[in-house]
Amino acid sequence: MLKLIVCMKQVPKVSELPWDARTGTLKRELAAGMMNPACKHALEAALQLKHQWGGRITAVTMGPPAAREILHEAVAMGADGGVLLSDPRMAGADTDVTSFTLARAIEQTCPDFDLVLCGCYTTDSETAQVGPQLAQELDVPGVAYVEHLEIDGRTLCMRREADDFLETLEMDLPGLVTITTRRYTPRYVSMSGLQDAFGEVEIQTLDCDALGLDPVSVGMKASPTRIHKVYSAVAQKENVVLKGSPKKVVDALFERFGDRIGAALGKDLNPHEHAAVDGREDND
Amino acid sequence: MTESGKNIWVFGDYRNYFQNRVTLQLLSRARDLAPALDAEVCAVILGHELEEYVGEYIAHGAQTVYVMDDPVLKDYNVERYADLTARLAAVHAPGILLVGATDFGREFAPVLAKRLKTGLTADCIDLGIDEDGLLVQTAPSFGGNLIADIVTPDARPQMATVRPGTFQEIPHDDTARGRVVRLPLPEDLPVPRVRLISAQRLPQRTQCLEEADVVICGGRGMGTRAKFKKLFDLARLMEGEVGATRPVVHAKWAGHDALVGQAGRHVRPKILFSFGISGAIQHTAALSGADFIIAVNKNPHATMMKMADVAVVADASQVCSALIRELKARIRE
Repeated sequence: MLKLIVCMKQVPKVSELPWDARTGTLKRELAAGMMNPACKHALEAALQLKHQWGGRITAVTMGPPAAREILHEAVAMGADGGVLLSDPRMAGADTDVTSFTLARAIEQTCPDFDLVLCGCYTTDSETAQVGPQLAQELDVPGVAYVEHLEIDGRTLCMRREADDFLETLEMDLPGLVTITTRRYTPRYVSMSGLQDAFGEVEIQTLDCDALGLDPVSVGMKASPTRIHKVYSAVAQKENVVLKGSPKKVVDALFERFGDRIGAALGKDLNPHEHAAVDGREDND
Repeated sequence: MTESGKNIWVFGDYRNYFQNRVTLQLLSRARDLAPALDAEVCAVILGHELEEYVGEYIAHGAQTVYVMDDPVLKDYNVERYADLTARLAAVHAPGILLVGATDFGREFAPVLAKRLKTGLTADCIDLGIDEDGLLVQTAPSFGGNLIADIVTPDARPQMATVRPGTFQEIPHDDTARGRVVRLPLPEDLPVPRVRLISAQRLPQRTQCLEEADVVICGGRGMGTRAKFKKLFDLARLMEGEVGATRPVVHAKWAGHDALVGQAGRHVRPKILFSFGISGAIQHTAALSGADFIIAVNKNPHATMMKMADVAVVADASQVCSALIRELKARIRE
């Protein structure tokens, strides 16, 4: 029976970020949370392994108390239980400290795991670093960007596309993989299934004390990196607005940005002196 | 410690040298940053039959190249490369260590950072030096909607991965001279726990979309399948590639290969045209590498229009047609 761990993250569900222009910060509390899409693919891969070999899937997340929701969602998809690492002192952790904290929790709650599965990246910070770093923390072999996996005894066989190569790799279990979003399309969860998952499922909540972690080893203070400044990329753009008939806007586009477009194309697109001879120019 | 801990190291990722010049781009940026730190720019290269690359790195700005050349290192291996690089870094104490954000680099750098007990910033789009001499690592998040400046105040080296195409490489200089330090393979090389069974180079696949300088993305706002096809005409004229949103792929106006988004392809063109796309985060998350965005949409309040350099408020299909006419005329010139 396989013991599988799926690490996941709750990320803001936003199509437009609630950006506070005055303070220059993201109003995270206004953004409803959802399970990071790539984590769903990792869970799906785990579910398929469980279907084939039998086993138990534990979903693990670190986050504010609200992150519990994605653990219930994981259970609704087919996970057997969840572990929430939540402690205000854990807030602001970078990938180094996040992987440290996750590793200690996995060692405590499921020390004899066979495989840890992670999404290949998150939509909020997009670092793709926690998976590979977690493998280091757990001192197990790890492979990132896996698209297909099979178990043969105690060996995990994997396939991935990386840097223009199609690679086949293997490693002995226990190990860790991060799963891309190209395959393992997540299964659909019905509303009633989701409601059931909020019922009797056991979600274990652990803080620093329960994990036996010194608070100075977690959270922002323990993180080697510091966020100096965060700003809106949108606000950095000049955001020129052009309006009018299609012909008019296209003319304006070339007039103002013809050099830029031409440079990208590697062509000189500026009209030459005899351009007006072309009848097309005069018809408008 | 043989050096003062201020030098800038660039990891030599040469496997796709002809397609991916990110190592050369990083050497160039390292040369820009070096004077402020009074630092030397060094490249580290592990592998087999490396002479060609050693010469290239010197011609593109490396002042010292550390080389470990052995048949055992022929295949890229994260564990082994991280172990060897960490040992080298422990001896020479670089102040900064930069890695290209290739697939390999993005797996290798986090492992290396753990080994070196230091921080790492992913996928930077700019690097600078602040008044305290710290490396300012500028990285996008939230699909490029937010930008963060990140520093590593205490741990060393300061590590970052950097997107290919972020910096311009220094032109090849045959007269450049550099120091080449050849290192023997350590005897206690660990046996990697991840084994490569086979690796075959993929044929020219549709990843052109990821590499294209011009990408033309279309959404449902194009109206109909027939109108969407005009984007392919525009792409031909611009020698670009066509990308699509999920609804368009679902409607079968474009193949799944064209999907630009979290679950599809990430693009980093010099110029991105966005036609009739509102800008759900699943799509915009894959656009953060685009240099210059021109969005066309009837709705001026669409997210895509706000994140564009130029927002054209008009019918996407009609603007596409007008653009095709105008380009034909200008290219003919």
